[in-house]
Amino acid sequence: MSHETLSTILFLVFVALTLAITFWASRNTKSAADFYAGGRSFSGLQNGLAIGGDYMSAASFLGIAGIIALSGYDGFLYSIGFLVAWLVALLLVAELMRNSGKYTMADVLAFRMSPRPVRTAAGVSTIVVSIFYLLAQMVGAGALVGLLLGVHSQAGKVWTIIAVGLLMIIYVVFGGMKGTTWVQIVKAVMLMVGAALITLLVLGKFGFNLSGLLGDAATQSGKGDAFLNAGLKYGTAAQGTWGKIDLISLGLALVLGTAGLPHVLIRFYTVPTARDARKSVLWGIGIIGVFYLLTLVLGFGAAALVGSKTIAAADKAGNTAAPLLAQKVGQDIFGDVGGTVLLAVIAAVAFATILAVVAGLTLASSSSFAHDLYAHVFKRGAATERQEVVVARVAAFVIGAIAIALSIFAQSLNVAFLVSLAFAVAASGNLPAILYSLFWKRFNTAGAVSAIYGGLISAVVLVIFSPVVSGSPTAMRPEMDFHLIPLSNPGIFSIPIGFLCGYLGTILSKEYNASKYAEIEVRSLTGLGAERATGH
Amino acid sequence: MTVQHDPSVYERIQAGEQFQELRRRYRSWAFPMTIAFLVWYLLYVVLSGFARDFMGTKLFGNINVALVFGVLQFVSTFLIAWAYSRHAAAKLDPIADELRGATESRDEVGEGAK
Repeated sequence: MSHETLSTILFLVFVALTLAITFWASRNTKSAADFYAGGRSFSGLQNGLAIGGDYMSAASFLGIAGIIALSGYDGFLYSIGFLVAWLVALLLVAELMRNSGKYTMADVLAFRMSPRPVRTAAGVSTIVVSIFYLLAQMVGAGALVGLLLGVHSQAGKVWTIIAVGLLMIIYVVFGGMKGTTWVQIVKAVMLMVGAALITLLVLGKFGFNLSGLLGDAATQSGKGDAFLNAGLKYGTAAQGTWGKIDLISLGLALVLGTAGLPHVLIRFYTVPTARDARKSVLWGIGIIGVFYLLTLVLGFGAAALVGSKTIAAADKAGNTAAPLLAQKVGQDIFGDVGGTVLLAVIAAVAFATILAVVAGLTLASSSSFAHDLYAHVFKRGAATERQEVVVARVAAFVIGAIAIALSIFAQSLNVAFLVSLAFAVAASGNLPAILYSLFWKRFNTAGAVSAIYGGLISAVVLVIFSPVVSGSPTAMRPEMDFHLIPLSNPGIFSIPIGFLCGYLGTILSKEYNASKYAEIEVRSLTGLGAERATGH
Repeated sequence: MTVQHDPSVYERIQAGEQFQELRRRYRSWAFPMTIAFLVWYLLYVVLSGFARDFMGTKLFGNINVALVFGVLQFVSTFLIAWAYSRHAAAKLDPIADELRGATESRDEVGEGAK
């Protein structure tokens, strides 16, 4: 049996299992709290796994292993930003958000503000960030399936995108948060087991001598010791000082973006108390941290055992480094059958990864559409719970359909930059609004609206006029050149702009409500009046 | 599902000594620590950009400063997370529980809630 057939079978098993979970979850998803927050009945460990499942996208699994395999150390730099970011979520956001919010990020922002403008801004930002992220994931899925299943026809890629999109719509529409969370838990366990297995086999081949592995990786990469240091991908010698500033800009967006990503924030509502939210982030940090240490070994292992040339020949971005490595160690240790089986397993895990992440993003954006835009902006808070859930389900379908259409349109473009743009927008618009809401007494409607739009617009505009959109061979539109800024990552400018807009908007407006601030401060720190879990 | 409290309940708690102590204990730990880990992380990123010779110094075998520095970021993240959970459990949770318990038991006799 070929690895393509075996991958397909394993993947179908995953799909069957997750669909079964989804239909089970749909029977227990009746109220709004069920749909948006899984009834708030997940344990800290379960939600911690789901946090890992939501966060460890194909971009971080295949992408980081691929960057390490081709450019060495720089991939590791990327993963460190992704991990340290969780401390912002743990120390400043998770528990306070669980205590003062209900279903969406906007619940916290609108708490003491005029609800319509703030919810509109938060809803727009949530949907924009989620769609950017979704597009990058779905276009990536089309390319990945081509590589892993040997489907190279245009029609094959289009059908893959459609299939991924339909599955994510089914998970969200029927399963809501409960179904989506379980899909993410299953995926996180599969991903950790798969990555740990390959890592052990790789380390075993080097007699658990990390230095030996690194030495072979440096030699096989053809780049020598430079492979073990920063600078082959980000801030290269050729890019000069701007390249290095770009690296710092990326680092800032990664470390500050996570705690402003809507699909990350809504995970804190799925547990019964703030203390469980804390536990779930602790589990999440453990799982994500160990995972990135595993990808370090996978990336350098792929360079050492498969060789950077072979990896670059299979895919320019190195996305197949981890699957190729699985095949190689499987072959070396267990023979041809072993290689086929391991490759198939890792390929199936990669599909599962994509599905779980896109489902989380669709849920976040449809929840925000229904709860923020429909119920509070259009209906001015007069919608019933039942109406809200119906609208959320319809929104999941529509957003999913839009994402499919945009992905098919964008599949020939290089849209990988959309993931770092999503982090930059989250760090520049959402994070300032959240932190000011929770900690700054004076903060008000004008401040919240200015922070969100200021951060969102500055990040997007800076990227439009950057080398990732035009004026470079790897740009989205390489044939055009209207770039004005030498930075690919807007964070170093847009994050201060977002914070500054929030500050200026606040002090230029007279609105101030001391008693509402007392309420959010007391609620967020004590859990008084916090939403309870719904019993089933 | 949720108990609605009279706004004055929150203002009264906020003004109380116990809450002020909770707020002080939370902020005086979380804020400086956030600045510390952000500075520590940015130091790492800046050195990765501008001090590559130093980062490339080999310490033993093929293990260089860059790798050790990177792994230390993982170690510090794990340690800070662990330290925060200890701090919260020992210093924050008891006061939060007490404040919440006191108000919620008043709710049951119908004093604090509307």
